[in-house]
Amino acid sequence: MTEKKLTFEEAAARLEKIVAQLEAGEQPLEQSLALYEEGAKLMKQCTALLDEAEQRVMKLHLDQTGALEEVPFAPKE
Amino acid sequence: MTEPISVTALNRYVKQLLDRDEVLSRVLVRSEISNYKMYPSGHHYFSLKDAESSIRCVMFRREALSLRFRPENGMKVIVSGRVSVFPRDGAYQLYCDTMVPDGVGDLAAAFEQLKNRLHREGLFDPAHKKPIPPYPKTIALVTSPAGAAVRDMIRILGERWPLTKVLVVPVRVQGEEAPGEIAQALDLVNACQAAELIITGRGGGSMEDLWAFNDEEVARAIWRSQIPVISAVGHEPDVTIADFVADLRASTPSNAAELAVPDREELGENLGHLSARLEKTMDRTLRLHREQLTRLGSSPHLRSPLRPIQDKRFLLDYQQRRLHHSGERLLGDAQQRLGRIAASLDALSPFRVLSRGYSIAQNEDGAVLSTIDQVTVGDSLRVRLSDGTLTCTAQGKEKHT
Repeated sequence: MTEKKLTFEEAAARLEKIVAQLEAGEQPLEQSLALYEEGAKLMKQCTALLDEAEQRVMKLHLDQTGALEEVPFAPKE
Repeated sequence: MTEPISVTALNRYVKQLLDRDEVLSRVLVRSEISNYKMYPSGHHYFSLKDAESSIRCVMFRREALSLRFRPENGMKVIVSGRVSVFPRDGAYQLYCDTMVPDGVGDLAAAFEQLKNRLHREGLFDPAHKKPIPPYPKTIALVTSPAGAAVRDMIRILGERWPLTKVLVVPVRVQGEEAPGEIAQALDLVNACQAAELIITGRGGGSMEDLWAFNDEEVARAIWRSQIPVISAVGHEPDVTIADFVADLRASTPSNAAELAVPDREELGENLGHLSARLEKTMDRTLRLHREQLTRLGSSPHLRSPLRPIQDKRFLLDYQQRRLHHSGERLLGDAQQRLGRIAASLDALSPFRVLSRGYSIAQNEDGAVLSTIDQVTVGDSLRVRLSDGTLTCTAQGKEKHT
């Protein structure tokens, strides 16, 4: 696939739109099938995004020169 | 003296007088509660008194709803409100807007004073509040890097929405340095555009512990922030100045984490619904098309596709028969004509005249002789009669004149 990677928000919005379009049912069958295929793919993407996401936790840190940097952060128990 | 006036007019005059007074329109009173009564209407009636004086007070239901404690006789409180006249009784009284316990002394008074000042300045204006982005990519936590608050927020954010990056901006949240650090951190996150949402706050503690979030510097930094800010200070009943200025007030840090991001469980459910809708509508589309296909398929053309061919073949046969018939007729005509021609040809045949006594002379090569010039005396000739041929010799020639 050459499509750019959608954010969850974008993918979910596109999915909503596809479902609404399919429900309106105003396009020819061939287009419906293409939309459905896209929808199914987006659904997979969204689910994967939710299932596979790993939280990133960083801390803003002033280094010795006074420059800002982000360093990984884990709260102490 | 002028004309006598009615009591109503007099009370109304006094009321107008008091209502116009700046000082009386917003007073803060520290005192003790007595004769406290709450009516079924929800209005609260009581007196505030000290060693020498007392004043009648009323707190209407709407204001009383925001009370975070239950007032009792003998309780020391700080009340804000305005002084006006109750015209029926000709009595002036204090109409209370807020009431806080006086347990922390000056802090509470300062709180009320700052709150009133910032309120008048418009820092709590709902119109200034920014919407919270539904799917923030990064959330900055302006809080202490140690303790339960940051841990709870990170855990809840991670459980609900791990797609959001968490950026801890460490600050002290109590002590003299705290307000400056919090304000600076808020400005810093804005300056680097480091996040799409900021949560600032701390876990529970005493009123003094939470005091940094009642600081004017912090309040103004929250107000200036271009990035939406959720305040998350202490426990449910704790209300700070930061809560009033923030775009959204969370009752606790954990609550802030819940308000800040969507819940993936919930969204997963929504996705499930969406998926069901997708499948259902596709099923329906396919069924409709299949039905249409069946309907088309039941048309006679498709059910017996050879039918048009048969029809054409019948037509062809018919036309062939017609062609055949006309051909026969033409042939018959031609034969008749041929017969007639043959008959007349027969009549014209030279051999027919032979029977009437004519004969045909030919030379030895078979050429028909029509003049004596073709013959030399002595030539051999063949003479054809009706029933045979004679072979003769020309003995002489005599030209007819």
